[in-house]
Amino acid sequence: MAELVSLTIDGRTVQVPPGTLVIDAAKKIGVEVPAFCYYEGLSLQAACRMCLVEVEKMPKLMAGCTLPVAEGMVVRTETPTIAKARKSTLEFLLTNHPLDCPVCDKGGECELQDMVFRYGAGESRYTEIKHHVDEKQWSPVVYFDAPRCILCYRCVRICDEGMGVGALGVINRGVVSEIAPNKTDHLECDECGMCIDICPVGALTSGAYRYKTRPWEMQHVGTICTHCSNGCKTTLGVRNNEIMRGDNRDQSGVNGEFLCIKGRYAFDFYHHQERLQSPLVRKNGKLEPVSWKEALEAAAARLKAARDAGSKIGVIGSTRTSNEENFYLQKFARLGLGTNHIDHHRTGDVVTLLDALSGQKDALATTADLYEKPAIVVLGADLALEHPLLSFQIRANFRHHQARVYAVTEKPVREDKYAAAAIRCDAAGELAALETLREKLANEPELVIVFGDTVKGDAVRKLVAFGSSLGKPVKYVALVDYSNSRGAMDMGLVPELLPGYRPSGQTGMSAGEMVASGDLDMLYIVGANPLEGGQPLGGKPFVIVHEMFLTETAQAADIVFPASSAYEKNGTVTSVTGEVQQLKKAVQAMGTKPDLEILGLLVREMGLAAQIGPWTPDKVFQEIRETVPGYNMPLPVIATGGAVQTAPVNGRIEVDARPDLVRSSRDGLFTSGTLGRYSKVLNSVVEGRHHT
Amino acid sequence: MTKLYNEPSPLETRVLTKRFGLPNSASLDTYLATDGYVAIRKAIEMTQDDVINEVKASNLRGRGGAGFPTGMKWGFVPRSSPKPKYIVVNADESEPGTCKDRLLMEYDPHQLIEGMMIAGRAVDAKAGYIYIRGEYRYLIDIMDKAIAEAYQRGYLGKNLFGSDFSFDCYTHTGAGAYECGEESALLESLEGKRGVPRIRPPFPAVVGAWQCPTILNNVETFCAVPPIIRDGGAAFAALGVPKAGGTRLTCLSGHLNKPGVYELALGFPLDKMINEVGGGIPNGRKLKAFIPGGSSCPILTAAECEGLTMDYDSMANAKTMLGSGGVVVMDDTTDMVKVALRIMRFYAHESCGWCIPCREGTAWLRKILTRFVDGMGTKQDINLIGDLAHNMLGRTFCPLGDAAALPTISIVEKFRDEFEAYLARTTVSIPVQSDLPVLQPGM
Amino acid sequence: MTFSPELEEKFARLLTIYPEGRQRSAVVPMLMFAQDEVGHVTPELIEEIAKRIGIPTVQIEEVVTYYSMLHQKPMGKYHVQICTNVSCMLTGGTELWERACQKLGIGHLQRTGDGQISLEEVECIGACSWAPALQVNYDFHHNVTPEKLDEILEACRKVN
Ligand SMILES: Cc1cc2nc3c(=O)[nH]c(=O)nc-3n(C[C@H](O)[C@H](O)[C@H](O)COP(=O)(O)O)c2cc1C
Ligand code: SF4
Ligand code: FES
Repeated sequence: MAELVSLTIDGRTVQVPPGTLVIDAAKKIGVEVPAFCYYEGLSLQAACRMCLVEVEKMPKLMAGCTLPVAEGMVVRTETPTIAKARKSTLEFLLTNHPLDCPVCDKGGECELQDMVFRYGAGESRYTEIKHHVDEKQWSPVVYFDAPRCILCYRCVRICDEGMGVGALGVINRGVVSEIAPNKTDHLECDECGMCIDICPVGALTSGAYRYKTRPWEMQHVGTICTHCSNGCKTTLGVRNNEIMRGDNRDQSGVNGEFLCIKGRYAFDFYHHQERLQSPLVRKNGKLEPVSWKEALEAAAARLKAARDAGSKIGVIGSTRTSNEENFYLQKFARLGLGTNHIDHHRTGDVVTLLDALSGQKDALATTADLYEKPAIVVLGADLALEHPLLSFQIRANFRHHQARVYAVTEKPVREDKYAAAAIRCDAAGELAALETLREKLANEPELVIVFGDTVKGDAVRKLVAFGSSLGKPVKYVALVDYSNSRGAMDMGLVPELLPGYRPSGQTGMSAGEMVASGDLDMLYIVGANPLEGGQPLGGKPFVIVHEMFLTETAQAADIVFPASSAYEKNGTVTSVTGEVQQLKKAVQAMGTKPDLEILGLLVREMGLAAQIGPWTPDKVFQEIRETVPGYNMPLPVIATGGAVQTAPVNGRIEVDARPDLVRSSRDGLFTSGTLGRYSKVLNSVVEGRHHT
Repeated sequence: MTKLYNEPSPLETRVLTKRFGLPNSASLDTYLATDGYVAIRKAIEMTQDDVINEVKASNLRGRGGAGFPTGMKWGFVPRSSPKPKYIVVNADESEPGTCKDRLLMEYDPHQLIEGMMIAGRAVDAKAGYIYIRGEYRYLIDIMDKAIAEAYQRGYLGKNLFGSDFSFDCYTHTGAGAYECGEESALLESLEGKRGVPRIRPPFPAVVGAWQCPTILNNVETFCAVPPIIRDGGAAFAALGVPKAGGTRLTCLSGHLNKPGVYELALGFPLDKMINEVGGGIPNGRKLKAFIPGGSSCPILTAAECEGLTMDYDSMANAKTMLGSGGVVVMDDTTDMVKVALRIMRFYAHESCGWCIPCREGTAWLRKILTRFVDGMGTKQDINLIGDLAHNMLGRTFCPLGDAAALPTISIVEKFRDEFEAYLARTTVSIPVQSDLPVLQPGM
Repeated sequence: MTFSPELEEKFARLLTIYPEGRQRSAVVPMLMFAQDEVGHVTPELIEEIAKRIGIPTVQIEEVVTYYSMLHQKPMGKYHVQICTNVSCMLTGGTELWERACQKLGIGHLQRTGDGQISLEEVECIGACSWAPALQVNYDFHHNVTPEKLDEILEACRKVN
């Protein structure tokens, strides 16, 4: 580590590494130098000239955002001269800016408004005609109002550097310069909305949110996105029990500033008109709305009877329900219903990975590792489409730390553009292809390997053996699909394993077998849609389903409980990297109950309460922490919205983990299993793309 | 082609322009017959440090406008860097009032090529690019022809003159953008992008074309190098004044009897330049205002011009700049408000739009000045013009903002009475126009 | 898009003169030379050059809209560019500009109905010492008088 440089900012001495920019050095001692174009992590622009500071011995004001510190430098960030300069810059900026803050969508959270408030350029001497351009819609979710744009180029950079898409550019010259989309009059991009989020003013606005509310009328609930396994924190803006928008307001999640289209907009499935709002019971062949009481009594009676008769009961859990719900469900199944036929849709071979890693320490990568480790191998997955946060992290790692990225995939992927090596191979040919990189990888000081669902079973063992043979620290991520895919596995929603990967000692049917086999008497399905593909249910089991919508599976049910979505409940979920985070209830959907409550009520109705235990999320999480290996994490971190990685089970998992059942649905940016179908935003974007 | 655009003057010191007017002056044969490609052979025999030291000894300062010492600039190039190094010629010549680089390329293209080669030899660059403004298409043909001739006859290419020195040379066209004359914007443009300046430091000498160390100089600067190496830096230095050596191609324009491009020794008396070289002001008119080196310089009044000489220090003392060599002479009929407007129209048109003060400031000033000239100025506007220009000054991303502010400030300060006269003329009735300013109460 | 063999040859050469991997440098010259042949920068031309250089079209659009010599709408067969910057203004450039507009009945960046002539008021074209000056396509005309202007315009009108 090089010697620190010592300088004085506003009379205070600060020591920072050489090369630090004055704006960052100031921040270190709590001095905020105002800026529009400077944005941490993105390339420097020095365009807005708001960050001008006085530096002793320099004749002119200097841009703090590009000025590196020097030993003995004396900097002042707030003087009358500076205030005047900033005020005049704002005056310039406002000349062509519409001064209609009261009706601007950004009002109340506009950086320009805040800055003018601070420097008081409230009076303008500008009496000329403003340059006007009409507002444009660039996609279902992106609107652009050029006159409001201050040309800070944040959007252009986040799209190019952050997302690796580069869908935005700057056209024209001088005062008529304008941000422009990649398809002349519309965008073809990830529709992630990062440009909107990063825009300091109301130039870029969201088609899903604009003009619906004022920011100060909302409460902001930070919860975890329910669409994919990456575990992004999305802050839901709620007004009157309605979610108005999703963003990453406080950037406190594992995703920092990142969100993809799903995390930002696709919460809207929750108030789709087809949302179930009442329990349904099949009467005379038809599903009829009934009261909760009636439905619960009917279900309890059937379940009790079936259990007492020793009938064959199958249970299929969800990849989106909380850890608490999954834990409680398996307990209910195993203890309450006495069945070990319990499963969920497995999308990545976590079990084999954990088994193969037994004895190794620190071998599971976190989201942060993908940003920090010097080399990353992507094996058989299109991260940009399927795991957007992980892809974002790796790109940022390359930009900021020059990480070497190795892509070994079937098709071209976004990582190719900057990869140290990009190799094409057949699905399942990944390991052979990886072998060709052996020499390069052996030279890396440290490595993270991210692998998709084609690497399973023996291949995972070989992969770990390959990693170990490099003689360097290697960490792994086994990719899984959904927001709590990992938690479903951890909580023992599989026949062969109890929570915490302890062998159940029994075999049981897989989800697919339960659906296909003709000899189940009862099937209890929580938040899963195994009949999605249209395959028929084998035999004639009595089917009870928890669902948000009348899915193919719910249509085949005898009793349907209307379930809450992830945004309507508390609990925890575990991300693809094993990071446990908290779900926070943002809204209440009429007529629905969280799955945990539905289970709890059933348990009580069946008289099993004493045996299965309490069903509040807190109590269940406490039980998980006490009994599930790897989950004894510090409660305050979770409770305050932080993330903690579950400790790996550090011992052999002596079971046949059925890698043959592992299959990813390959949901991309614009699909999200069943939920995606009910998101108007996702559908509108997909439609928009087909039209062009 | 050999016909000159204007008659030479006996008062010139013809070093760089010595071949102007010779038959076939652009041909390799003419060049060879008049000391051509002597300096590069000499440079190959010299050490690299000696070449640079010779340039330093000549006191050559950049002719593009900023006047940075050329030898020092070459010394900044990290010769030990493993990256390739490049020579880039700034032939963007778009500073209003300037039309000299054109002639150097038109009449003596080989001198430029040789200057580039010597620079290449000095810093180990193997290739040079001449960035020529788009309007000068005919010069691309002339330069390409000269380059082709040089290749054909072994004056460009591999292992020149039996040495290990190799050099390639190419032309590159611009497409109409004053800002591309700014060195870092020029490099962006050369890389196929918008001509927006880069953050400096790093300067081009360290991180230039394609992220490699680059010597970037004006055409005239490169053209001065062969004479310097050939006859020695000291001889060149002796032509000028103590701190700035040599001659300058001075472009006289405006109200003169004999406007034209003349090569004058640095330190040439201003008065003599106007009255003898330039033939004086026509129709017995008097001098009113004087632009010493392109429209980016503060304008001088006739009184301020007295006793000045055409060199860096003399101009700095008069609070202006020697600039690009574009001298504009204005007689006492000149409407200075219109001059201010025309200058601001130029900068507003050419502002790249990158930074706020320049982008918005030039556009705003253009609007105010337009209004003023259209007879709709107000008294407050006069102060506002000066104030806005001051608010741009020193705060923009590149010097274009200053270039717009400086002349404007000088005009409102020095010719305020003309602005007031406009008011007197027009307060009676304000013509109704479709683009009347919209008054916004409050904000 | 297809271009003349001469232009193709120019393109091919341009792609060789910049350092390896820096072929984007050829964008501006390619656009300029192509515009000379095609007449103006069409959307197809933008696509074509983007394809040949291997960069997104938006990056070509960024460039095209930046440079004032690249036109996205058709100009006349003779594009008459009259300088009115300071040196020319002092010597009658503004009057030449107004005269041309009046004679042709068109304004800045407009062209005559027959497509023969277009006008542009340009910034300094580097002819200040021989002002007022104008350019017809790439040809310079120096020390232009009103009479000379009339002749120039007349010639543009006639020649085919
Ligand atoms: C807005 C602007 C325009 C410029 N235009 C030119 C130009 O047309 N030609 C030129 O040689 N230098 C121009 N310069 C100066 C260059 O940035 C640079 O200083 C010069 O080319 C360096 O060469 P020199 O040291 O030989 O003068 C311009 C600078 C600015 C700020
Ligand atoms: S649209 Fe927004 S983010 Fe983009 S340049 Fe304009 S103000 Fe900046
Ligand atoms: S001002 Fe007209 S050519 Fe220079």
